Amino acid sequence: MSETNKATIEQYRNSFLSEVEANVEEGEWVKMCMQCGVCSGSCPLGKHWAHPPQEIFMMIRAGKRDEVLASDSMWMCTSCYNCVVRCPRQLPITHIMHGLATYAKKLGLVPQNQPTAKFAEIFWNNMMKKGRVNELKLGLSLYFKDGFGAGIKESLRNKDLGMKMMKAKRMAASEFFGGHGVKDIGGVQKMIQKAQEIEDARMKKFD
Amino acid sequence: MSEQAEKKYAAYICTGCGIGDRLDAGELEQTASRDGRMNLVKQHEMLCNRDGVQMIRNDIDKEGVNHAVIIACSRRAKVEAFGFNDIAMTRCNIREGVIWARPDTDEAKETTQEMANDYIRMSCGEIKQMEKPTASGQQSRNPNVLVVGGGITGMTAAIEAAEAGYTVHLVEKSGALGGHAARLHKRVPFKAAPVGTLNSPGANLPMPEDTGIADMIAAVEGNGNIKLYLNSTVTKTSGAPGRFSVDISTESGDTTTENIGSVIQATGFNLYDPGNLPEFSYAGSPDIITNLEMEELANAAGDGPIKRPSDGKEVTSVLFVQDAGQNSTEEGRLPYDSGIGDLVSIKQALYFKHHNGASCDTTICFDNLRTPGAPGEDFYRSGQKNGVIFTKSDVREITPGDAISVKMHDKILDEKVEVKVDLVVLDLGMVPNSGPDPYAANEALESLSDEDKAEELETQAAHAADETSVKVESILNLDYRQGTDLPHLKHGFTDSHFICFPYETRRTGIYAAGPVRRPMDMKQAMDDATGAAMKAIQEIENAAQGRAAHPRVGDLSYPTFRKEGCTQCKRCTVECPFGAIDEDEETYPVYNEARCRRCGTCMGACPVRVISFENYSVNTVGAQIKECEIPEEWDEKPRILVLACENDAYPALDQAAMSGEEISPWARVIPVRCLGSTSLSWVTDALNNGFDGIILMGCKRGDDYQCHFVRGSAMANERMAKVGDTLETLNLEPERVVVHEVAITDIERAPALIKDMEETIEKIGLSPFKF
Repeated sequence: MSETNKATIEQYRNSFLSEVEANVEEGEWVKMCMQCGVCSGSCPLGKHWAHPPQEIFMMIRAGKRDEVLASDSMWMCTSCYNCVVRCPRQLPITHIMHGLATYAKKLGLVPQNQPTAKFAEIFWNNMMKKGRVNELKLGLSLYFKDGFGAGIKESLRNKDLGMKMMKAKRMAASEFFGGHGVKDIGGVQKMIQKAQEIEDARMKKFD
Repeated sequence: MSEQAEKKYAAYICTGCGIGDRLDAGELEQTASRDGRMNLVKQHEMLCNRDGVQMIRNDIDKEGVNHAVIIACSRRAKVEAFGFNDIAMTRCNIREGVIWARPDTDEAKETTQEMANDYIRMSCGEIKQMEKPTASGQQSRNPNVLVVGGGITGMTAAIEAAEAGYTVHLVEKSGALGGHAARLHKRVPFKAAPVGTLNSPGANLPMPEDTGIADMIAAVEGNGNIKLYLNSTVTKTSGAPGRFSVDISTESGDTTTENIGSVIQATGFNLYDPGNLPEFSYAGSPDIITNLEMEELANAAGDGPIKRPSDGKEVTSVLFVQDAGQNSTEEGRLPYDSGIGDLVSIKQALYFKHHNGASCDTTICFDNLRTPGAPGEDFYRSGQKNGVIFTKSDVREITPGDAISVKMHDKILDEKVEVKVDLVVLDLGMVPNSGPDPYAANEALESLSDEDKAEELETQAAHAADETSVKVESILNLDYRQGTDLPHLKHGFTDSHFICFPYETRRTGIYAAGPVRRPMDMKQAMDDATGAAMKAIQEIENAAQGRAAHPRVGDLSYPTFRKEGCTQCKRCTVECPFGAIDEDEETYPVYNEARCRRCGTCMGACPVRVISFENYSVNTVGAQIKECEIPEEWDEKPRILVLACENDAYPALDQAAMSGEEISPWARVIPVRCLGSTSLSWVTDALNNGFDGIILMGCKRGDDYQCHFVRGSAMANERMAKVGDTLETLNLEPERVVVHEVAITDIERAPALIKDMEETIEKIGLSPFKF
C-alpha cells in the first residue's frame, strides 16, 4: 500500500477525484457538491474540524490527496446526519465521511493517536473475538489505551458509573473471563473474511 | 374644428359608488350648468352601466353633443365604458379624487363639496379648450418590416414577422446568415431535465445540443415573405413609422430604396478584445484562446479529439477563466457581466469530456457561477456529473509555455496555486454592436466647466480629423435631427425603459432585440426577437391609423405649432426625447407625429407657447387653473395646485384614496401627460391667481429613471430650477413651489407630500395674491 501513497497527484486534476469515486463509499457524489457550505454550517462539531465537509470536497477536487486522507476531520463525524438532511444537492455526506475514514485506514494514513480512529479499532477487534461486543473489556481497553497509569486513573474516575451498571445488570464482572459470544464464531469470522476479499478485489489500484 | 359648426357641451354626473350619498348632486349639477356653462347636464345613478353609457351615446348621436365631461371616477377607471372617441371628452374625478380621499364626517362635508364643485368647474373649463383629436393624414399602412442583422435574433424576428403575413427585408452585413451562432459547435440546451429526474450522480441531465442554425437559415431562405440582402448595409433611414424610406446598399455601392413600416435592429454583439487584458497573455500563445475560438477548435476536431492550436497535441487539460475583463471597475474593462459565460464554459468543458474522454481535465475558474435560464441548474449539475471541476478562484496571471502556467488564488481553500495546462479559454464578455450614441458627446460635456468644454470640443475636433482614430460606424444612418442611431441606455446597450417597456428604444418604430439590447444567450435572443417582431407589427398597424403605439396606445392627438408665433429657437427639436421633430431650412420644427409619443415635452419646452395638442395644451391646463375658485384670504382655506404625472403620481394618488389615505382638502390635482410637458406659465398663472403652493409630481429621473418618456421629468426639473426667479419677482417665498419624484407605489408618500405643503403654508402664511 505504500506505493499507493506515493502516487503523484497533480493539482486540479481528476485523478484523486476518480480514486475517491472508485474506492470510497458513495464517493461518486463528491463531484456533485456545489460548495454552498450548508453542511459545514450545520455540523454541531464543525468548529473542531480542521476541514469541514464542503472544504474536504473541494480539496478532493483540487487533488490534495495526502492532506485529505491524513486529515482527522472525517474522524470527527458523529453521524448526526444534520448535513445529509440539509444538503440542497442531497449528498450522503455522513456516509462519504465514513467512507473516506475507512479508505484512509485501509491505506494506513490515519493520524497517530486519533482517539476516534483508535476507538473504532478497539471496538472492531473486541467484536470480532466473540461476535458480540464485550462491554467490560471494551471499556477497559479504552481506558488503558494510553498506558497503564492513565488506565488506572481513568478506571477510578469512572468507578461509580461501573458500579451502577453492575447493580443494574448492564455489565457483569464475569465477562472479564471469556465472556459470552455467538454460537458459530468461526462462521462469522469466515463471512467477514469473504466480505473483505470481495471489497479488496473491488478496490482499484492507484499507483 | 371647422367640420363641427356648433360646439355642444354636456356634463354627466354619476351618483353611483357613494357619490350621491356623500355629495349634494343638485349642487354639482348647478355648478356644471351655472359656473361651468354646460349646455346639457344630466345625472345618472350608475353612469358606467349599459343604460348610462347609452344615455351619453344617444346625446352624441341625436342631440349633437360633441364635447363631454364625465363627472364620475378617475380617468384611469372605466376606460372602456367611457371610450367615446368621436367627441372631445374629459373626465372629472370626484370619486378617487374627492369622496374617497376625504373622511365621511360632518366637519369635512363642506370642504368635500367645495372640492367636487371645484373639480367640475375645472373640467368644464378644460373641455372648452379641447378639440376632438383626429389623425394627421400623414398615416398609411405599410406592411414591410426591416430587420437589420442576420444572426439568430434577426432571423427569428424575420421568420416571426413573415409568418404573421408581413413582408420582411432582412439586411446582413456579411455574406452569410447565422452570425455568431453559425460559428458555434453546439448550443447550451434549451430545456431542463424532465420533472422527476432524480438528484443523483447518475441522473440523465441535459447535454449540449445541435445549434439548429442550419434549419433556421433554410427556413429564412425558403420563406417567400422574406427578402434577403447579404453583404449589405443600411445607408440611409428617413421618414417615420409607417413611412420609413430605407436605402440598402451593397459593398459595391448598388442601392435599393425600400418603403418600410417599422424596423428591428438585431445587430448583436462583438466579443470584448482580449488584447486589453495583459495578465492573460492572449497574444503570447496560440493556446490561450477566446470562447468563440474555442467553438471553432471544437468544430475542427470533427469526430476525433480536440487538439491544441500550437502543435496539434491532443488536449489533456484545459482551464476556463470566467468573467475575463468583466464585472470590473477598471477603466477600459466591462463594468458588467454578460451573464451567460458560465453556461458557455460548462458547454465547452463538456466538449472535451465527449471528444477527449473523461480523463481530460477540465477546470472552470469562476468567481460567481451563474447559470440562468430554464436548464441552468441542471446543466451545471450535468457538468459536475461529467467531472468538470469548478473552482471558486481568482486567476491572477497566465504565462505561456509548452505547458501554460496559470497562477490563481483558490478562494475556498484560501491558497495561492499554480496549475499547468495544455489550453486556456478566456470567457470574454459581450459588447453591444450598436451605432454611435447621439447623446454621448452632450453628456460628456454636461459635466464640464465652460473652459474645459471648449478644450474638449477642440480635442474632439482634432481627434475627428485624425484618420487613424476608431470611429463607431452608424448602423441605421437615421436622417433625424437628433443623430444617426438609437440612443444608448448604459454601457452602449440600446434600450428605452428598462422597467416597463423593454423592447422600446428611444426612436419610435425602431425596436432593438437580442444582445444589442442586453447580454443574452440564444434562447433569450429568440424570445426577444419574437417580442420585437410583435412590437414591429403593432407599430405598423397603429401607424396605419395615425395612432400612437406606445405608451399612450391609440392616442390620435399629435402636437402642432402655430408658425406665426414660432421664434425658431430649436428648443423643441433639441429636447424631444424621441427625435420626433426635424427642422426645415429656416429651422422651423417639422413634426413627424408617427415618431411622436405624445408626451408634450416639446410643449413644455416652448418659451412662446405655440405648441399644442388638440386635447392637451397650455390652454387646457391653464383653464383648469383659472377656473379653480380661490377663497378669500379671511376664509383661511388655502389652495394647493398639484400637477401630477398621469403615469405614476396620479395613479399613486388614486390608489392612496382607494386604500383610505386622506388627501388634503385644499389640494387641486391636475393630471399632466408627463411632467416634461409642464409649461412655466402654469406656475406663474397659478401663483398670480392666488394658489398658495404648487407641487409638481413627476417620475424618478437620472440613471435609473422611471419616466415613461425618458427625459420628461429631468427636463421639468431643469426648467423648474428657474422658477425661483419668478417667485422672486412676485415677492413670494421659494418654498411655495416644489418638485418631487413620486413612484406609482408611493401610496402613503404622495398624500404626505401634499400634507407637507399644507404645513409649509401654515408656517409662511397664505399667498398675498388673492383678489
